[in-house]
Amino acid sequence: MKGMTTIVKKTTQILAGIIFLYGAYVVIHGHLTPGGGFAGGVIMAGAFILVTLAFGGGFLNLKKEETGSTATENIAVLIVIILSLVGLFLGAKVFFLNFLPRGTVGELVSAGVLPLYNIFVGIEVTSSIFILFLALVIFKEEDT
Amino acid sequence: MNPIIPMLVIVPLASAFLIMVLGKLIRDLPGYFTSAVFLVLLITSYYAWMHNGNGITVYKVGGWEAVNKIPIGIYMVLDGLSVIMLCLISTLGFLSAVYSLSYMKRYTGEEYYYALLCLLVAGMNGVVLSGDLFNIFVFLEISVIASYALVAFGVEKNELEASFKYQVLGGIASLLILFGIGLIYWKAKTLNIADIREAFKAGYDGTYYTFVQMLILCGFGVKAAIMPFHAWLPDAHSSAPSPISAMLSGVFIKAVGIYVILRLFFSMFVISEQIAFVITALGTLSMVFGVFLAIGQWDIKRLLAYHSISQMGYVIMSAGIGMILLSRGTRPDVALLAITGGLYHLINHAAFKGLLFLNAGALEYRLGTRDLKEMGGLASEMPITAGTSFVASMSISGIPPFNGFFSKLIIVIACIRGRFYLLAFLAILVSIITLASFLKFQRYAFYNKTNAGKDLTGKEVATPMVFSMIVLGMLCLLMSLLAIPSVRESLLKPAVDVLMDAGNCMSKIIGM
Repeated sequence: MKGMTTIVKKTTQILAGIIFLYGAYVVIHGHLTPGGGFAGGVIMAGAFILVTLAFGGGFLNLKKEETGSTATENIAVLIVIILSLVGLFLGAKVFFLNFLPRGTVGELVSAGVLPLYNIFVGIEVTSSIFILFLALVIFKEEDT
Repeated sequence: MNPIIPMLVIVPLASAFLIMVLGKLIRDLPGYFTSAVFLVLLITSYYAWMHNGNGITVYKVGGWEAVNKIPIGIYMVLDGLSVIMLCLISTLGFLSAVYSLSYMKRYTGEEYYYALLCLLVAGMNGVVLSGDLFNIFVFLEISVIASYALVAFGVEKNELEASFKYQVLGGIASLLILFGIGLIYWKAKTLNIADIREAFKAGYDGTYYTFVQMLILCGFGVKAAIMPFHAWLPDAHSSAPSPISAMLSGVFIKAVGIYVILRLFFSMFVISEQIAFVITALGTLSMVFGVFLAIGQWDIKRLLAYHSISQMGYVIMSAGIGMILLSRGTRPDVALLAITGGLYHLINHAAFKGLLFLNAGALEYRLGTRDLKEMGGLASEMPITAGTSFVASMSISGIPPFNGFFSKLIIVIACIRGRFYLLAFLAILVSIITLASFLKFQRYAFYNKTNAGKDLTGKEVATPMVFSMIVLGMLCLLMSLLAIPSVRESLLKPAVDVLMDAGNCMSKIIGM
């Protein structure tokens, strides 16, 4: 897959970071505003996909990217599971216990473990959507 | 609260992702790791079975207690019925994982296979344990999507076609189920199964209620491959790698199909005679037509897959008879017998159908073909495969002293005592045709020498595969012990009680 023109590349360079930041914003404010891990994760994956499309397959080592994304995805899921398991050993000893202090309603750092779940779900969704995209691209590249 | 309950879901789920991380680094790890994890699950679920007895254990995820006796959190429920399903899932899961150790050597990407197998088991455990409708749907999707990928694992033309067909039908089924759940939530304002029962008991609109029941029955009917919805099963079960066929036929259609149908129609909906008739009719239909479709097959795994439809028909039919009798309120002793027979046959089917698929896998592994016409005279070359498949064939056809005989006997006795003479006759007829088709399988695969025109490189398969087959063969024999009334009383009674006395059990859950 070849890259696109300089105009597209330059615009992407400017936009991709902003899109990524917006995705991160949605993830981090998941417990306060609409959105959360999944929605923000999809936006963040959009930034990666935009870069890959604009700069072409040659710019990135696609296979290596895919391996990295797979590892990130799995590790993020494992961390979510471990976070939920921690509840089994603390306080009321129940699975999925919200064991951190809740804080004040409306503050960024509040709602106990929920922001943490959001962040790791966001990472997981980002990498898995990116893997889906990469799998299609790699399939197409190998086909031609 | 008992931490075992969530662990049965978390452990396979976490190991699926752990395998994907570690499998890249250590090559032989995934297979042994999966087997070890499933062994732990096996021990845990049998421990739970021994210690549960007649009790119902509820686990409230996140520690959300009920407010004014209205459940608000996610409930996981362990009772007599779900604990038996857990034991089935983990037994077959462990044996399939061990069998895969040598069977899957021919495939690439082993870590994906084992990760998907763990996901499949995690999803099924979740379906069996969850106490509310929406979580049943979520876990159902986890296991079903893993099974789509596993069916297509060979990535050849047939596998992909089968998987695609399965995905389309499975997708429609999931849509129907979700629609049904939405409609229930609209009226009942709750998703907890016990709470929905309370809401429906207070009063409901008849037409609306029947519509919802039909949606749910069709949706889970596809997953359980009851007759008009069976089209995906023969393709999907014959294309998957053999240990996966054993899992799919042995426990998957039971855990996500029949278990959920039993649970919802006995425990959640108020049993009505019409729906009980529909269920009995569907069960009879799949019992009779499944076997007629099976007898003409020459592909071993397709033959076995059609027999799964037929044998599941027995289970559905006897559960339906139980429902009819319960709704009439007469002869509760016969209803008890029918439901016991159905559950007993469900357990037996897991053992002998799992074993038959593993046998078919062994034949395919050695000969590279699934066509019965190309085999012959393998009894001397593969004695263990031949012996175990003989045991399984006799079990499924209902020959004493193997387990299939006793469960079919109980079903037939229940039919006769409940005055369903036609159904009793059909059950016996289907059993005879089953015997005919398995004699055909035995003769062409193991005894018929004349077809051995070409060089057959039959040799006994590797130790892990032999181990799984022998264990299942022994289980086929051992489970006939359940026919002894006192043993049956102590082992199956808790499960049957959950279905017979659903109202009481459900109000216990609400009270916890």
